Amino acid sequence: MLEQLKPEIEAAVPGARLEIVTNPSVSGQHSLLIDAEHAVAVALFLRDSPRHRYDYCSNVTGIDWPPLEVSEKVKVKKLVDGVETEVDELRTTESGDYLEAVYHLYSMEKKHGPVILRMHTEDRAAHVHLPSLTPVWRSADFQEREIFDLFGIVFDGHPDLRRILMWEGFVDHPMRRDYVEPDDYEYEPTAHDEVLHRAQHTHGGAA
Amino acid sequence: MDEALKNELSKQGIFATTLQDLYNWGRRSSLWPLNFGLACCAIEMIATTMARYDLARFGAEVFRPSPRQADLMIVAGTITKKMAPQVVRLYNQMPEPKYVISMGACAISGGPFKQGYNVLKGIDRYIPVDIYIPGCPPRPEALIEGFMALQKKIDEQQLTGENRPRHLNADEPSEFPIPTFGPHDLQPPRNRDVWHPPLVNITTIGRDDAGTT
Repeated sequence: MLEQLKPEIEAAVPGARLEIVTNPSVSGQHSLLIDAEHAVAVALFLRDSPRHRYDYCSNVTGIDWPPLEVSEKVKVKKLVDGVETEVDELRTTESGDYLEAVYHLYSMEKKHGPVILRMHTEDRAAHVHLPSLTPVWRSADFQEREIFDLFGIVFDGHPDLRRILMWEGFVDHPMRRDYVEPDDYEYEPTAHDEVLHRAQHTHGGAA
Repeated sequence: MDEALKNELSKQGIFATTLQDLYNWGRRSSLWPLNFGLACCAIEMIATTMARYDLARFGAEVFRPSPRQADLMIVAGTITKKMAPQVVRLYNQMPEPKYVISMGACAISGGPFKQGYNVLKGIDRYIPVDIYIPGCPPRPEALIEGFMALQKKIDEQQLTGENRPRHLNADEPSEFPIPTFGPHDLQPPRNRDVWHPPLVNITTIGRDDAGTT
């Protein structure tokens, strides 16, 4: 379905850079990676074009992709001493280091869906801006605020971008993978590992 | 007064009591809870007040929407860190004598959300709790049991002497500091005058310093 949708969007929104992200699992829910620059135009097309009418955004969520180095062994044919042999070569690929927002779209009118949209930020620190799709689908309002609160993506064009779960003045983004929770160690009735170690030192190790 | 003499007098139609008994009877028979719920435990609390379980039998049917008119705070549900200062403020606004029932796993310790970034690990970190009712959520019977335990506790309070309740002791505080929102956590994360971590017995026999055998 996305294979047919993609050229239609590309025709309707000139310059839009789209990419189909395949899902290898059984569910096979493939998604469409859109670029932040044309996101609002793509969203408006999906909502308003009479063939699609994706008028209902059921879910918005965030994903944190910390920087990741994947090393894998690849068998490469090489000439060793004049003989062609298979040699293991270690290849490392770097991926991640961005935040992602995911939108699930359905059409109430046409009774079809979902179409899953993804958007990436440039990185996880300085360039965390994405265009807000709340002006297109009102239901994204609170969920974009939640992503702003828990992941730290700043949605430009959101009508009321404030923290929704944590308080004003809270500085962290708890759903990021590198979030460090406050060191509020107290006790464990059945202490083990690190907690046991700390308990022994806090209470002088007395039995 | 001698118990046997009291019984004998009551057989003759004479009712004799002490001021302390009368005072405690009055207090325990008209505990007005604060109309205030935080999560699913509140649903059980509401069920307790309805006709089937009928908390009115214990003199507690008047749930007051204002802390100024309430005697009992039933902390029913998960206390998020964002809600904790308001809970403490409501407690401070209640007039003495006042009591707290910590209802359910979350209000006691954070329950399934303990160690979460947004949930307080028990309301007893900021205000003194009289009765703990375990459960997730506790059934109405359990709340009634806890309520009766509180009534027993009030009945046994001495009006004078060392063990007199807090509201009769001018040196004891009736208000507790309200935590503020810090950049990472509530400040302070616990009131050390009210709560300190229990000392847990940790067997160190046969273990070296790192805790390995």
